[in-house]
Amino acid sequence: MPDMFDPVPISERDAEEIVRPSLPYWRQAWRRFRRDPLAFGGMVVLCVIVLAAIIGPMLSPYTYNQQNLANGNRLPSLSHLCGTDKFGRDIFTRILYGARISLSIGVVAALISSAIGVLYGGIAGYAGGKADMIMMRVVDILISLPSLLYTILIMMFLGTNMRSVLIAVCFSAWINTARVVRSQVLSLKNQEYVLAARLCGANGWRILTRHLIPNAIGPTIVATAFIVPTAIFSEAFLSFLGIGIQAPMASWGTLANEAIPMMRESPHQIVFPVLAISVTMFALNFIGDGMRDALDPHLRK
Amino acid sequence: MGKYILKRIIAGLITLFVLITVSFFLMRAIPGGPFSPGEYKKTPPEILKRIEDSYGLNDPLHVQYFRYLKNIARGDLGVSFKRLDSSVNSLIAHGFPVSAKVGAVAVIASLTAGLTLGIVSAIRRGKLSDMAAMTFATVGVSVPVFVIAVILLYIFAYFLRILPTYGLLTWKHYVLPVACLSFTPVAYITRQTRSSMLEVMQQDYIRTARAKGVSEAGIIFKHALRNACIPVVTYLGPLVAALLTGAFVVERLFAIPGIGRDYTTSIGDRDYAVILGMTLFFGIFVILCNILVDIVHVAIDPRVKLEK
Repeated sequence: MPDMFDPVPISERDAEEIVRPSLPYWRQAWRRFRRDPLAFGGMVVLCVIVLAAIIGPMLSPYTYNQQNLANGNRLPSLSHLCGTDKFGRDIFTRILYGARISLSIGVVAALISSAIGVLYGGIAGYAGGKADMIMMRVVDILISLPSLLYTILIMMFLGTNMRSVLIAVCFSAWINTARVVRSQVLSLKNQEYVLAARLCGANGWRILTRHLIPNAIGPTIVATAFIVPTAIFSEAFLSFLGIGIQAPMASWGTLANEAIPMMRESPHQIVFPVLAISVTMFALNFIGDGMRDALDPHLRK
Repeated sequence: MGKYILKRIIAGLITLFVLITVSFFLMRAIPGGPFSPGEYKKTPPEILKRIEDSYGLNDPLHVQYFRYLKNIARGDLGVSFKRLDSSVNSLIAHGFPVSAKVGAVAVIASLTAGLTLGIVSAIRRGKLSDMAAMTFATVGVSVPVFVIAVILLYIFAYFLRILPTYGLLTWKHYVLPVACLSFTPVAYITRQTRSSMLEVMQQDYIRTARAKGVSEAGIIFKHALRNACIPVVTYLGPLVAALLTGAFVVERLFAIPGIGRDYTTSIGDRDYAVILGMTLFFGIFVILCNILVDIVHVAIDPRVKLEK
């Protein structure tokens, strides 16, 4: 019987040995992120799209609104990589311009709404009690309805242009960040270092901005990362319904919307903008997933 | 449990009240108004004023607001300013049954496909079928509904020519709209089912069931699935909201005469009264569904009551 149980050889020395050097938080997160093929691939794709959006329109021989009626509805060719629309505008160039609009809306909306969300969630979590309850009731009311309904109402009210799209998107996009930050602050505010800071005479605002929010930075960044694709999606959706960015400006949603009536005769006009949206959304979602795995301390090995 | 439901209903009513108030004042604050001289250049101003009077648009704001509240309480959501002879109620009465039919099929389709995919990928974790299901789930979460709709339309209606593109006559007409509507929900349900199945399968009572000799199928369907379903039930509320949003696009693309298409048409026409009325209707509908889902949640999961 005794020979059925082999003792597992563990050398005392090996158990004490530190296998890998301890790295700072950000370096560690970056290492995990880099090892995730989907996230890293997403980042490479996104870099290509951003570069194309910045320098593409400068290199292109066409502009987004240059019409050439004799050359309308052409199939993709060497001179027009994605063909032309019914006004003879080069679709590839319009997609590049659309990338500028969509990406900038995504980034700006993410920055604005995460700033609002961090402040709102931070204050609600730190203040606690009645203030917290009332602030969270407001959030409950906002999330109990589809955000698109608000977004459409706001677009009707503000008129259709890029600024209103931003306002309408930000109106609902901060909510998730606020909830994440609030729950982080709630769990952090009873830690010893907060007590220590208070003993040193720091006021609530300083504790919130210097101690609590920096410690909640990982989940906050993850929540912000997911706002970017949501904002791009909302813009495309609004433009697709015809109340977002207006022609002749070209966002991806506008391009898809304009191409619907032409779908039977020249489907390439809708396929390319739609591909651009999908590839960008993929890249952004994979990056978001990768960041969540890299930055969330609960999943750390 | 009665107290909990009552609390939910009150919260829903407050949400609704806020929605009514905010949307009423937003709509009234829009510069121009529905009968502004800018839009009706040929109509004499006296006549425009008569029209505005007949709709009560020149009354003081609070009078209009309370009249609106009273009308809503009576179930009257207002009249269209652009399409003469049609009220919001009549638009909903015509469109809602159509949308509801497509929506109900989409709910059933999403639940069936999502639960199946989720269970399969949880049982065959790490295998090829799991990876395929999870890839699909990622695609479904990140690709917008109108992109799916365009791609499916292109493949099945223009390229293969096996499915009709508009109308709702036979079962074939339902295939593409339902597929578009269910795409994202299926992805969510698959992810949710998979992760909660994996969690439940680790529980002690599953090991007990295994130890006493219950067959693997019995364990999965009788013991594991019941508990794994609970998070899926809570997704039903957001599911309704997602289908509603999807309906705006799908009904427009497939020319289905439902409320989603009426809504996008009135957005195009800037028909504020209809937009407002329909937004409220959608709001009421979503809130009701959420309350219903909460009640079902309490009914099937006794742990919820303990937490409250």
